[in-house]
Amino acid sequence: MPARARPLSPHLQVYRWQISNTLSILHRMPGAALSLGLVLLIAWLAAVAAGESAYAGMRGLLASPVGIAALAGFTFAYFYHLLNGIRHLVWDTGRWFGRRERRASGWFVVAGAVALTAITWVAASHFGVSTHG
Amino acid sequence: MAERHSSSLRSPLGRVSGLGSAKDGTSHWWAQRLSAVALLPLTLWFVISLLALPDLSYATVHAWLARPLDAFLAALGVAVLARHSLLGTSVIVEDYVHGPAAKLLALVGLRFMHVLAGAAGIFALLRLTFGTP
Repeated sequence: MPARARPLSPHLQVYRWQISNTLSILHRMPGAALSLGLVLLIAWLAAVAAGESAYAGMRGLLASPVGIAALAGFTFAYFYHLLNGIRHLVWDTGRWFGRRERRASGWFVVAGAVALTAITWVAASHFGVSTHG
Repeated sequence: MAERHSSSLRSPLGRVSGLGSAKDGTSHWWAQRLSAVALLPLTLWFVISLLALPDLSYATVHAWLARPLDAFLAALGVAVLARHSLLGTSVIVEDYVHGPAAKLLALVGLRFMHVLAGAAGIFALLRLTFGTP
């Protein structure tokens, strides 16, 4: 008997991308990135504890273009993971499963993460990080 | 007594021991959520306190983290971060690393690294608050 072409369950190649499944997949990546950020945070704390010269070295590293880019990435990853984590916690209580709620909260998470990242860097501008102050 | 259709001579208890319910099936899920909730205030406190510093000089940062309450909250944050990060990265390894040996090696490696990171962070903060600058 010839095998008939039967519809398969939703596969990534035919899945219509939307905010819900995109954010669902994306929750882990910033989380994993933040685990690397934890290593950086520990190194920074160790540098503060080790003394003035170690701290100066760490500060120079973080004030370099690569350091600034990494810190900006970690800032966004932190706020995204935080807001989307709250979304997951609300889902755990059985709420926000409606179609409109899913989408609205998804866009809110993305917009909120961008806004909080921007606010944080504006609030950090008095450190003068870009001018090695 | 009900007739057993299994050809195995192993007892039902023997078959499931080490695999069955140890009544802690939800412990990972629950620990992930509780640590997430704990990290909300702890990480926001850290970010806001850091941004509230007048500058990022060694003296300012050292004085901040050497204050007992701040050192305590930072140490608490490091501990919960390490726990939350271990839980999250372990799930990623369980999902994407295939083969029992590679999976076990990755999970053991992650656990060692997270205990090391957490201990190093707490040790640094103890040095900061109890040591002489």
